[in-house]
Amino acid sequence: MTALELGLPTIGGLHGVPTTSDKQTAKDYTSDQEVRWCPGCGDYAVLAAVRQFLPTLGIRRENTVFVSGIGCSSRFPYYLNTYGMHSIHGRAPAIATGLAVTRPDLSVWVVTGDGDALSIGGNHLIHALRRNVNLKILLFNNRIYGLTKGQYSPTSEEGKITKSTPYGSVDHPFNPVSLALGADATFVGRAIDSDRKGLTAVLQAAAEHRGTAFVEIFQDCPIFNDGSFDVLRKADTAPERLIPVVHGEPIRFGPANDEGLGSYAVVREGFGLRVAKAIEVDDSEIVVHDATDHNLAFALSRLSDQDLAHTVIGLFRNVARSTYDDAARAQVQLERENRSPDLQALLNGRDTWSVAD
Amino acid sequence: MTSTDTPVDHSRVVQKDRVVIRFAGDSGDGMQLTGDRFTSETAAFGNDLSTLPNFPAEIRAPAGTLPGVSSFQLHFANYDILTPGDRPDVLVAMNPAALKANIADVPRGAVIIANTDEFTKRNLTKVGYAANPLEDGSLEQYAVYPVAMATLTRGALEDTGLSKKDAERAKNMFALGLLSWMYHRPHESTERFLREKFARRPEIAEANILAFKAGHAYGETTEAFAVTYDVAPAHLAAGTYRQITGNTALAYGIVAAGQVSGLPVFLGSYPITPASDILHELSKHKAFNVTTFQAEDEIAGIGASLGAAFGGALGVTTTSGPGVSLKSETISLAVALELPLLVVDVQRGGPSTGLPTKTEQADLLQSMFGRNGEAPLPIIAPRSPADCFAVALEAARIAVTYRTPVLLLSDGSLANGSEPWRVPDAADLPKFDPAFATGPNSPDGEEFWPYLRDADTLARPWAVPGTPGLEHRIGGLEKADGRGGISYEPENHDRMTRLRAAKIDGIPVPDVEVDDPTGDARLLVVGWGSTYGPIGAGARRVRALGHKVATAHLRHLNPLPGNLGEVLARYESVLIPEMNLGQLSLLLRARYLVDAKSYTKVSGLPFKAEELQDLFLDYLSGVHT
Repeated sequence: MTALELGLPTIGGLHGVPTTSDKQTAKDYTSDQEVRWCPGCGDYAVLAAVRQFLPTLGIRRENTVFVSGIGCSSRFPYYLNTYGMHSIHGRAPAIATGLAVTRPDLSVWVVTGDGDALSIGGNHLIHALRRNVNLKILLFNNRIYGLTKGQYSPTSEEGKITKSTPYGSVDHPFNPVSLALGADATFVGRAIDSDRKGLTAVLQAAAEHRGTAFVEIFQDCPIFNDGSFDVLRKADTAPERLIPVVHGEPIRFGPANDEGLGSYAVVREGFGLRVAKAIEVDDSEIVVHDATDHNLAFALSRLSDQDLAHTVIGLFRNVARSTYDDAARAQVQLERENRSPDLQALLNGRDTWSVAD
Repeated sequence: MTSTDTPVDHSRVVQKDRVVIRFAGDSGDGMQLTGDRFTSETAAFGNDLSTLPNFPAEIRAPAGTLPGVSSFQLHFANYDILTPGDRPDVLVAMNPAALKANIADVPRGAVIIANTDEFTKRNLTKVGYAANPLEDGSLEQYAVYPVAMATLTRGALEDTGLSKKDAERAKNMFALGLLSWMYHRPHESTERFLREKFARRPEIAEANILAFKAGHAYGETTEAFAVTYDVAPAHLAAGTYRQITGNTALAYGIVAAGQVSGLPVFLGSYPITPASDILHELSKHKAFNVTTFQAEDEIAGIGASLGAAFGGALGVTTTSGPGVSLKSETISLAVALELPLLVVDVQRGGPSTGLPTKTEQADLLQSMFGRNGEAPLPIIAPRSPADCFAVALEAARIAVTYRTPVLLLSDGSLANGSEPWRVPDAADLPKFDPAFATGPNSPDGEEFWPYLRDADTLARPWAVPGTPGLEHRIGGLEKADGRGGISYEPENHDRMTRLRAAKIDGIPVPDVEVDDPTGDARLLVVGWGSTYGPIGAGARRVRALGHKVATAHLRHLNPLPGNLGEVLARYESVLIPEMNLGQLSLLLRARYLVDAKSYTKVSGLPFKAEELQDLFLDYLSGVHT
């Protein structure tokens, strides 16, 4: 059986995970470990959102697993009362792949950071995305190395002054969403730590997606990169910069006009997109978001530059493609149904000879 | 064999106890296949055998050059043999490069069968022969048989409609047919093999069979060869036998481990010579609940295996030395997590890329110490190709029972070499129980403590996700003894470090057996891994000359057998031959304060029996002390 014969997945990301009708709460998902992030760290907000969100899935807590790498965000699994593994730097997607392939009854989540996922673990990230293994990757992007005390990261802006770049960083940063889309990720979303509603919506969609869901979460490090995303949070700057996208809806944003619609719009220009004042373009020119359109998703990701001038949040891409783990299990399953394992026959092989006493 | 020609009277059949044949040719000449088929015929005939394939790392080195020479040596006998043989009694040289590259190993008086079609001026010049050695008298101390194999093969295939070039490609089967005649090998299995191999191209299958028969008939009908040889079947222990390579046996051991433990097998691996064949073999056996995952790199291979182990599978990763280097951090994580994991290192020449297709046993110290911190793990090494089966099964049992990564050290010569294997009865294979945790284990019976150890084994419980009530978090940060939360307490780290060491040290391994026929030898030779064969063969020769030597072979390198210190102390001198620069010697000297002597070689080839015989004699006569 090939992956293609299996067809596109018609099942959701939680298919096969045992459910429970017991009422679960955030408290049930809280472990006895004392949370040890710095005061004001954005990780607290994400942890609270996840603890609140997990019980709503209706799956059994013991069938939920969080795997992380190394970094501040990778302490995450210790604080959830699920199964968890705090592994080594950058390798969580690989470890989670083995777990997801062998255990279709688990909901497998990876928590990683910009250094963990994009520097040391870049290779595993892109391969997990192209394989489309049924796991959910939450990348906490604070654009700095926190746990090692303040060096620039692969998402830090050019020119950034840090402990390891006193003259300013000369590295060009990754755009994590563009990277994920380039790796042919089937689900790519972005949210902001402090936007509980937006974050929960993206997490919800990720959980339901069959395949690898990639979620970039903007998150602040108050110690080493304080206020990195302030322009996306403050009432006076955020509206003109944040572009929320919803599948099937015209992309408008900014201060609302009389009709309650955003005063800016995203329109096509050449092979890309640009931001225009809604009043200056015809309605028909305004792009309607289509989360199945790969090119549109990529163009949307390119609207965000290092200065966060126009930053899209929401679901960039959400498409069905056969998943590695379903296909791998189907091959094993088919063989197990068609052939009863005969160890003696295997050991004997085709050519044996006998020696008598 | 049917032939309408009247056979020449080959009444002269010489009885031989043992024969060493080496097939040598260009990388593209099919020497490995030829050797493999002769091996199968020989196995089917009932001889004991041992093989040594030797080929370049390049897939097709430039044709006709010395670096492009590929060879396959086969030693077969009417008694149990231990090595692939030192020097060939027969060299089949398919071109001048094959002759030049191998002639130094061929003893005077040996037979050389040369494919004269390739001994052209151009090919001779290419490898630096000023004159044709088949004609200039330089080989007069050998019995040289010039045979125009390509021409004869082409002639035999004239009516098949194959192009000249395609027809000539079957010349390796001509050589095989000729040798099969000379040594009275049965040939049914080769015909069957060719029909299966070329099932989709029956015309190629028939052409190869024709070439094989033509080679056979050539021996039978020409008067060139006056003698044929008979090597009677060996008297092996009763049972059912098959021929097997180390890599195949290792793969079967892994399949069997899954079956006897009831665990699904998950192999995460990245292709690397000479370990890839284990991945290839295991990928065929999905019916045994074996999943193979070809990862993006070595690190992902072991990472995925460790993830699968967390989920309750038998996690396995296969690699060679460079891959172990890359996997070290994950092996270290597995030591901290205390999860079962089987790491197979099919060693090759190093450092770095080194000699990908040549053998060495220089990863012992990397296996022992190649991790940060105190990170002990069990190490186990097979001694022969067939032994890879039992060792893989044993390694998996230790990993699962003691919740630990285990390093299995095979090597290139074991991986590709083959020998007869007495096939075990699958029903008699030792079973082992993963004994997953099912409920709380804390002293008050209320909680689950992931690092509360079994009093006997010191193993921690293996609680897999999906088990209600046992939710827990593990990780690379130091954990509190018992409860398993993160702990930076000085005393706890000291205790956990010692507990991890004590767990490995406490794994029971069988006493090392000493082979000392008279019981009063003064020299003890200690080996590990694939040196078992040459050391045993060298010792036999020395004993046959009337001398006394004792041997002991280590299967378990960590922990070492409990009686080893006492055994070493019993002998006046201890000698350790190794295919490295003295790694086991270093360990034993440090551990037992024994003045062990080291004999080392890293030529990419196994020790020769003759070489070790001379070494032992030197020690016995006092040349070395």
